Amino acid sequence: MAKRIDVSGLTAYYSAHKAIEDISMTVEPRSVTAFIGPSGCGKSTFLRTLNRMHEVTPGGRVEGKVLLDDEDLYGHGIDPVSVRREVGMVFQRPNPFPTMSIFDNVAAGLRLNGSYKKTELQDVVEKSLKGANLWNEVKDRLNKPGSGLSGGQQQRLCIARAIAVEPNVLLMDEPCSALDPISTLAIEDLIGELKERFTIVIVTHNMQQAARVSDRTAFFNLSAVGQPGKLIEIDDTERIFSNPSVQATEDYISGRFG
Amino acid sequence: MDITTKNTQAPPPTEPPTATEQKRAARGATRPGDRIFLGLSRGSGILLLAIMAAIAVFLTYRASLAISKDEANFLTTFEWNATALPPKFGIAVLAFGTVVSSIIAMVIAVPIAVAIALFLTHYAPRRLSGPIAYVIDLLAAVPSIVYGLWGALILVPNMVGLFGWLDTYLGWTGIFSWEGGAPRSMLTVGILLAIMILPIVTNVSREVFRQAPQMIEEAALALGATRWEVIRMAVLPFGRSGVISASMLGLGRALGETMAVATVLSPTFDIQTSLLDPGGGTFAQNIASKFGEATEQGRDALIASGLVLFVITLLVNGAARAIIARRKEYSGANA
Repeated sequence: MAKRIDVSGLTAYYSAHKAIEDISMTVEPRSVTAFIGPSGCGKSTFLRTLNRMHEVTPGGRVEGKVLLDDEDLYGHGIDPVSVRREVGMVFQRPNPFPTMSIFDNVAAGLRLNGSYKKTELQDVVEKSLKGANLWNEVKDRLNKPGSGLSGGQQQRLCIARAIAVEPNVLLMDEPCSALDPISTLAIEDLIGELKERFTIVIVTHNMQQAARVSDRTAFFNLSAVGQPGKLIEIDDTERIFSNPSVQATEDYISGRFG
Repeated sequence: MDITTKNTQAPPPTEPPTATEQKRAARGATRPGDRIFLGLSRGSGILLLAIMAAIAVFLTYRASLAISKDEANFLTTFEWNATALPPKFGIAVLAFGTVVSSIIAMVIAVPIAVAIALFLTHYAPRRLSGPIAYVIDLLAAVPSIVYGLWGALILVPNMVGLFGWLDTYLGWTGIFSWEGGAPRSMLTVGILLAIMILPIVTNVSREVFRQAPQMIEEAALALGATRWEVIRMAVLPFGRSGVISASMLGLGRALGETMAVATVLSPTFDIQTSLLDPGGGTFAQNIASKFGEATEQGRDALIASGLVLFVITLLVNGAARAIIARRKEYSGANA
């Protein structure tokens, strides 16, 4: 299921403003890749180009190639809707559908993809909630609204919703920044389990988190405000945090700027 | 000598606050600005209640004068001889006509208004949605007598074709049969009312849909939802209560619309089973057409019919609130 991501020469714009420039990288299947870098360096923008969410923003435009195994996501005749069914996403703030029950939240993606029998849906919902380590907490109130859960539970509900459709890649945009430390730990443990099945890319502002959860780390930076963000380097996480090959990376992770 | 040392040398005497002081602190209205604002807002609230109560008392008093003299059953009689001695009048025809014409207006206007609002907020390019919204605002500002004249001069003659078609294909239902009279009937009134309430329902719905939370829409998009699916999953459920409120605003206008109905309808005091045959009446239209020449007693009778309209409007609003409250925990408000 998990697929390799191969990005080459990717540049993204907001109208005339160039947000990120000429990014190339490879993300291995069944691994966790963390994106770190100062605010405004384009990590979230880059993440959103990987499931074609960037172009949803008015004026959003992308040049370059993103290969998922061998398929170019920006190729001719590729429907962004089908891309997003293959590449799941978890957002910064938990965003369960407030008008749906917990069950319906998890089943939402499946219902988009086609019709399922009730028993099939129940199986997938249970499996996904177990996969998100949420089943035991919500199994008695699946028909209650998802907005009644705590922030950490809501975020795990969003993860369950994303993995229910068995995507090839799971993108996470600062998934823990709105959560308390205990909920954060629960999500980090979950990421460790999920990478057995999915290719995971996570944007984080928390460098300890990047060090804890990821196999590879990419450092993004921008030369000045208003300039496009660029990929400075990507390497094994251990190496980035012990002996990075670029001075700027070391300055950033040791807290000398940013 | 600085202030801190001065304070340590001579600590101010601390007395326990008195009961009144505590109470005042708890109310939090000790500053003049707070007090004035509290007075103003509380006064406005009380004024509103007082006006409502005054209207209700006035209507009830004058209505009771008329109804106590009424020789016929006030609720079921198909007759309006309020000036006769003894007076005989009933509101059955008016209640039927008011409710039926408003229902027709809602059935036509609400789906179209929701569709326009969704188009403006989620489909139309920004360059287009601005001007369209402006034109819709203009429609809301057209006086109702102008709609009435347009209805009588343009709409009525042009309904003949539609009426013939309805009679041919749906005449067997009884509701859409047509004896060939002038199309000054409940259906024409309903269509005109639909056009009149369209702007307000559209505008309020548009505001509601625009406030649908971006992050919920993105959640749906990221799951692989198409634009229509995003609307179904993240916009419509969120906007449901707002659309109901918008419809109620429109319904309020339709129930009380006077001049446009009076200009288009051929009023009679009986109930037509077909929506296409001319006749019937509404509360507001009946009051407007009879009030000028009515005697004191006739006016009381008309006021009694106004009281019924007042009660119907209250019931409709109450029902709308009940619908909104029923699924509160699922509403977008606690997102």
